[in-house]
Amino acid sequence: MSLVDKNVPLNFTFDGKAYSGFEGDTLASALLRDGVKVVGRSFKYHRPRGIMGAGSEEPNALVEIHGRGVCEPNRRATTIKLFDGLKAKSQNHMGSRNFDLLAVNDFIHPFLAAGFYYKTFMWPEAFWEKLYEPVIRRAAGLGTLTRRADPDSYDKGFLHCDVLIVGAGPSGLLTALSLGRAGQRVILADDDFRMGGRLLSESFTVNDALASEWIGEVLEELSEMPEVRLMPRTSVFGVFDHGIYGALETRTDAIGVGGARQTLWRIYAGHTVLAAGATERPIAFANNDRPGIMLASAVRSYKNRFGIDLENTVLITNNDDGLRTDAAHIIDTRGGGYIANTAGRKGLRSVTLHTGEKLTANHLAVAGGWNPNVHLTCHKRGRPVWDKALACFVPDAATLPADMSVIGAAAGHFSTHSAFADANAVAKKLGAKTPALPKAEDAPIQITPLWHIKGAKRAWVDFQNDVTAKDITLAHQEGFSSVEHVKRYTTLGMATDQGRTSNVVGLAVLADATQQTIPQTGTTIFRPPYSPVPIGALAAGHAGQHFKPTRLTPSHSYALENGAAFVEAGYWKRAQWFARTGEKGWRDSVDREVIMTRNSVGICDVTTLGKIDVQGRDAGKFLNKVYVNTFSTLKVGKCRYGLMLREDGIAMDDGTTARLSETHFVMTTTTAKAGPVFRHLEFVRQCLYPDMDVHLISTTDQWAQFSIAGPNARKLLEKIIDPEFDISNEAFPYMACAEMKVCSGTRARIFRLSFSGELAYEISVPARYGDALVSELMAQGEEFDAVMYGTEALGVMRIEKGHAAGNELNGTTTALALGLGGFVSKKKDCIGKVLSKREGMIGQDKLSMVGFMPVNETDKITNGAHFFTKGETHNAQNDQGYMSSVAWSPSLNSYIGLGFLKNGTNRKGEVIEAVDYMRDNHVNLQVVNPHFIDPEGARLRV
Amino acid sequence: MIINHPLLGPRDASEFTYLGDAALMLRPNPKSDTAADSFYSYQYIRENTAGQHRELWYHEQGDRSWLVVTRNISTHEITKVELARDVKRAKAINNEAATHELG
Amino acid sequence: MSYSAFRIFKEALTGHKGWKPVWRKAEPRAQYDIIIIGGGGHGLATAHYLASIFDKKRIAVLEKGWIGGGNVGRNTTIVRSNYMLHENEGFYEFSMKLWENLEQDVNYNAMVSQRGVLNLYHSDGQRDAYVRRGNAMALHGADAKLLDTEAVRRLYPFLNFDDARFPIQGGLLQPRGGTVRHDAVAWGYAHAADKRGVDIIENCEVTGFDIQNGQCRGVMTSRGPIKAKKVGVAVAGNSSRVMAMAYMRLPMESHVLQAFVSEGLKPLLDGVITYGAGHFYVSQSDKGGLVFGGDIEGYNSYAQRGNMPVVEDVCEGGVSLMPMIGKARLLRMWGGIMDMSMDGSPIIDRTHIDGLYFNGGWCYGGFKATPASGYSFAHLLATDTPHVTAKAYRLDRFSRGLMIDEKGQGAQPNLH
Repeated sequence: MSLVDKNVPLNFTFDGKAYSGFEGDTLASALLRDGVKVVGRSFKYHRPRGIMGAGSEEPNALVEIHGRGVCEPNRRATTIKLFDGLKAKSQNHMGSRNFDLLAVNDFIHPFLAAGFYYKTFMWPEAFWEKLYEPVIRRAAGLGTLTRRADPDSYDKGFLHCDVLIVGAGPSGLLTALSLGRAGQRVILADDDFRMGGRLLSESFTVNDALASEWIGEVLEELSEMPEVRLMPRTSVFGVFDHGIYGALETRTDAIGVGGARQTLWRIYAGHTVLAAGATERPIAFANNDRPGIMLASAVRSYKNRFGIDLENTVLITNNDDGLRTDAAHIIDTRGGGYIANTAGRKGLRSVTLHTGEKLTANHLAVAGGWNPNVHLTCHKRGRPVWDKALACFVPDAATLPADMSVIGAAAGHFSTHSAFADANAVAKKLGAKTPALPKAEDAPIQITPLWHIKGAKRAWVDFQNDVTAKDITLAHQEGFSSVEHVKRYTTLGMATDQGRTSNVVGLAVLADATQQTIPQTGTTIFRPPYSPVPIGALAAGHAGQHFKPTRLTPSHSYALENGAAFVEAGYWKRAQWFARTGEKGWRDSVDREVIMTRNSVGICDVTTLGKIDVQGRDAGKFLNKVYVNTFSTLKVGKCRYGLMLREDGIAMDDGTTARLSETHFVMTTTTAKAGPVFRHLEFVRQCLYPDMDVHLISTTDQWAQFSIAGPNARKLLEKIIDPEFDISNEAFPYMACAEMKVCSGTRARIFRLSFSGELAYEISVPARYGDALVSELMAQGEEFDAVMYGTEALGVMRIEKGHAAGNELNGTTTALALGLGGFVSKKKDCIGKVLSKREGMIGQDKLSMVGFMPVNETDKITNGAHFFTKGETHNAQNDQGYMSSVAWSPSLNSYIGLGFLKNGTNRKGEVIEAVDYMRDNHVNLQVVNPHFIDPEGARLRV
Repeated sequence: MIINHPLLGPRDASEFTYLGDAALMLRPNPKSDTAADSFYSYQYIRENTAGQHRELWYHEQGDRSWLVVTRNISTHEITKVELARDVKRAKAINNEAATHELG
Repeated sequence: MSYSAFRIFKEALTGHKGWKPVWRKAEPRAQYDIIIIGGGGHGLATAHYLASIFDKKRIAVLEKGWIGGGNVGRNTTIVRSNYMLHENEGFYEFSMKLWENLEQDVNYNAMVSQRGVLNLYHSDGQRDAYVRRGNAMALHGADAKLLDTEAVRRLYPFLNFDDARFPIQGGLLQPRGGTVRHDAVAWGYAHAADKRGVDIIENCEVTGFDIQNGQCRGVMTSRGPIKAKKVGVAVAGNSSRVMAMAYMRLPMESHVLQAFVSEGLKPLLDGVITYGAGHFYVSQSDKGGLVFGGDIEGYNSYAQRGNMPVVEDVCEGGVSLMPMIGKARLLRMWGGIMDMSMDGSPIIDRTHIDGLYFNGGWCYGGFKATPASGYSFAHLLATDTPHVTAKAYRLDRFSRGLMIDEKGQGAQPNLH
């Protein structure tokens, strides 16, 4: 009998050859049934390897799954649920899996002992990258990643439960049953696609019937409980803070078949019951890695669960549990027997006993004892302790997370009876009534450890990374005695199985070399994930365009329809320029936008600027604290430019703030700093001055805001302002603000502000009217040849005007450096004022912002160039500063730049050198006033 | 991690933005003769001891409250969560009150 | 013990019986001239240069656990000298030059592999900042190249050029940057220092300083008191804890940075790539694993582990940059504790206590600094003057307003 359904055959290929298996098979079981011996090659020596285990501990049988033109490498054949049409291939060989050219490594193995590469390849110096390393890299690695986008999609989800049970073997199932009956919200997760744990692989009875009957009854009852979620094929891979677990649920192993292939779950659990079972370990003896040499528990799995009788099996065991394996010959090491060697390079042929007797054998079952799967108890730095009687590490109650219980084999309680007993105990602890204990076997394991049979030949400890017992003793001989050093020096336990079958054996070999006990020698810490997790699943839902959210401005559709190119500004997409037919490149469009704006009128969407409502009796006092200049004296109906510092005295952000009433201000921030400034203001309000009567709310998304700039700005605005409002220069001068109505009754806020240096207004309307307002402005502006302009023209005009922006407010510049020292009020304190006076931040030799124009008018200025005093050597010591913003000014017909120059303010007129190695552009520049256009500000006051 | 917000209950820590030591609430008195020194310590020097740490978290993806979270930075265990403004009003942060701006 | 191909050949034929420990297991003596606290990369490098360049004798390195167990053994192995500020760039370029000669210097193959470090940019602003940076590098004799999209595509055609939320516009390449086998750096320096008589004392935890009248005269340890004329502290990650024993408080917070490695894969990625639009950087080790990382966790921590949000954030960056990486699997993750300084730059300086010297604040960039940090610290310990490339790394720079802030983030360590 077995748990595969022979009525449902499944066809698959392995290395191109057709095979078939049955529903319920893994790839490994199907290959074994078909007599496939060599499944892959080992990492370093390229030894032929077969199937060693029957679960996620498998170190040898790594394969690639192919589909949709890509492959998933390094999959354990033992965890691939067979499906019809599966295409699997072996990996890590040059040639075929049966004739691997790199197997030469196996014959020169004495030269490739642990750490050999640290001791050579140093001469000649240049040969490492050119010769040695490429050879090593080519030979190393396991499977191949296809250089094409992953065609699969993944889901991400969140689950909450009272109790998470990890492992659906006898202890997990019984715990779930009790807790489920008590109405608790339970998640029962298991790596395997079939629940039942070891019971599926043994021939045990429960309540005097086949264990499968008991499993079936329990699962049936659990599946009917609304508060119980059964999650087969779900690997709980990591334990994180405060009861949060990472889990990966696999829907299918097929690639690109539609729907989510896997789901990444974050599980929030009140309590966790770890019922993860145990893993059998091998014994290190000469040539113990041949195809056909398997864990005894795996031999039983293949027989009992998959119905495969492995012919000609010999057993070597150091405990009673191993004796459950059917074998033609039994070597019980407790009686002094052992194996001296094995033969059969591509499939075991014989076993040589300590007596010299040679036994014909095609399979060798190895039972070296069991390691409880304590991994999840270690993720929060818990350390397991050594149990001498059981010869294994068991969880340590002292370092176990308070919200985790460990039961059954994971706790070192290996019999089915003790698993059930643990389940009832933990269910009781968690407040549930428990059923009578099911009747089950209670045989002790009776182990007398034997770790390593010493001899001249290589005996493998870590099969996948090809670490032998000798490598470990060599590491010790070279002074690597700490277990962490051994691990790093030999790569023991660092393969894709994370040492599931090798760590404890390796520790025992090391303990033997150091003449210490195993607990004295130490343990290694298991790190997440328990089993490897596809990076695609960890990134579920965030690939391609969905990597980050996208924010669209109110005029986005207008811009789309009018030739806009878009630029990323944080998550925003902003119109960069609006191309018109006939324009040959972006410069044509930008130049036109600037010229038309400066000559008539242009409109720009500035919604992305942060907008913060500041209200309350102490709003003015509050703004005095966060801005270097004074706002409490600002008159209602007026705006003021404000500069904000961090507490360390460096400029944080700037913008204008308008006073709409005695108790109501509206602040604007730069686009990039909208979030950080708001956070900072809330910090000042809640953490520094909670007694101030002031409240804040971000209204960035609530108002669509447009700049209307140019000599005809007023004429255009007048066409849409409702007639009762007067925006003449007298009634509404520069820096005025007011709430008005536009387009027959639509609420609007009008600010007379200018970033471009022209007569300009900013108008904001509720965001839902933004799109309509743009269309209306452009329609009404037709008579003025009104133009939409994007961020490039905006940038050109602000550089022409000498306004600092993000490039200048780069987190290292002071108010002084920005030429804004005069703004800092001497009468009051503000955030950043005290520390802005430190010696390193003041003084003449500091950088200050100035303008630059090329001496030779055809020269190009490039951003990021460094400045040098003319005639001085270009080196770090002589560096005089750097260029921060550059534009072609259509107004001046020249490149212009803003930059920071040592003592810049006092060097106007000087010719300096700008050196740009990256673009190979060294030019002479004249230092000029940064206000290139209308430095007196006459235009914006008309 | 999960932060038990005093107003909103348990929330995933990823909803919050971290600032640092809650001593940042103790802005020194700018008018003091020793303001330069005390602002330097306030801004740059941290106790940074392993173990209990009172620290500021901002519920940026939530109600915008600043919280004072008492968390063991060796184990990440959280033992107390308070609204920062309550803490500040109660002057419940260890402080050399005389040098502090609001005294 | 000297290493060579010939030696390997000989040992292979004679059963590897002749290999000796890479460094001696030294017992502490009662007194040394110079004690270095911290058997990590920086401490061991300091000892090596003290002995080899400055000809100092009677040196001990005290390590509370096993050498190389701190951040030198838990980083993403990248070396580069691509900084923007002169105070940093000169130092890191000095480090790069030391890396280039490391193996011959210490007679140990740490696999210094100059495969190129590429920082991608996705906006004009980022490009201009990289130009400024590249120019600063050039002024220090470092190599830097500005690449456009097509040049990046030629190097790494499998990156996401077609469906990216933040399209790649180009990158700043430092061809001399690369990776180094991190553990071997600690072992190599230990090997070389040991050969010159330095005592490397493992399992020896410092429990206090012997400070009298403003002068440090030695340390108390778990293995008894040890006298010394000078004590240098190089325990990044634990700096605040150790210096607290000298009653010093530092401009520093401890934060955890996670690093990740995938299962082994056949060669795929030659150099190091840093994504400019997300928290993700990646290289491939000689063993085939993709070694990658991202941002720090963001909260103070002394626990050497992190949480899910950063894992997901890093993987999202990875898939968005290299869509094929979705089919690679995360094998292991681990956390290291960073000394996050207040401006993102390190400190190598004397303290106000005579005879006590401090080296720390490496943030997440300490590995690449290892040789120059060791050299400069040795210079300071030997001559009482700072090395020319490390002059700016002073403890008092914050009180004086001379921060070295590459990212312009100010006094908020988790933003650096």
